Amino acid sequence: MDDHHVVPVKLYAAIVACLFTLTAVTVLAAFVELGALNTPVALGIAILKATLVVLFFMHVRYNTPLMWVYAAAGFFMLLIFLALLLQDYMSRDWERLPVQFLQ
Amino acid sequence: MGMWAFIAQEIMFFGGLFAGYTVYRYKYLAAFTEGSNHLPIELGALNTAILIGSSFTMAMAVRSAQVGEKGPLLRWILATMALGIAFLGVKSIEYADKYHHNLVPGLSFEGSGQLKIFFSFYFAMTGMHALHMIIGLGIMLWMIPKIRRGTYTREYFSPVENFGLYWHFVDIVWIFLFPLLYLIGRDPWMTIM
Repeated sequence: MDDHHVVPVKLYAAIVACLFTLTAVTVLAAFVELGALNTPVALGIAILKATLVVLFFMHVRYNTPLMWVYAAAGFFMLLIFLALLLQDYMSRDWERLPVQFLQ
Repeated sequence: MGMWAFIAQEIMFFGGLFAGYTVYRYKYLAAFTEGSNHLPIELGALNTAILIGSSFTMAMAVRSAQVGEKGPLLRWILATMALGIAFLGVKSIEYADKYHHNLVPGLSFEGSGQLKIFFSFYFAMTGMHALHMIIGLGIMLWMIPKIRRGTYTREYFSPVENFGLYWHFVDIVWIFLFPLLYLIGRDPWMTIM
């Protein structure tokens, strides 16, 4: 950790207040009928909360660009992993094989 | 920096569990919706609040270490430990409840095979998360005498800082587990399906 920025207590308090509020919002939103949007909304709020934790509690906001890359790399890898995994599983039923392959 | 490399591999470790969950949820959506509705949403929300609170006390502990305040550092660490123990307490109530309702795969389970898969993921994911918290509590316990002896100063506080990163990461895992396990599948639209 190169940068040792001391964050004001008020900012931490504001962040934790945001996190509590977002938790309440996501619980309420879970019971609202949004059709196919419920899952993206729940995950969107979770990503927002995680971003607040990473940027402020984990001090990435006050760190060097190299640190930003380091912090983002793990999450980015996971995203690629999940995307490729799903493009496999979701497309399995799409393929119509020629008859000779089924015999 | 090294701590972030460790966290990156932790992301991949939990990522495997999340990936398995994603694929099976895609395949057995109805069973996963049913499973989600078995979980007590109020206890899940309470635990989310407890863990977010503990992340705040941890951030304050790191701050106290940065400015070299020994007393507050000890108190914030103790507060973080108390919240961590409270989280595990609520979790154990939930586990006991699952046992009474025969929803523990391997011990006593009544339900469809697909529902069993949901609860296998539930216990694997929350169990691994709880294990990380127990390890975290152990590290804090180990830090207490060092804090008392005044090992950590304004110049040397990176152990506290790195432990803070670990604790926040465990919080982030729960931030994703809570909606995925407890919330998704609550709205009427999903229950009809």
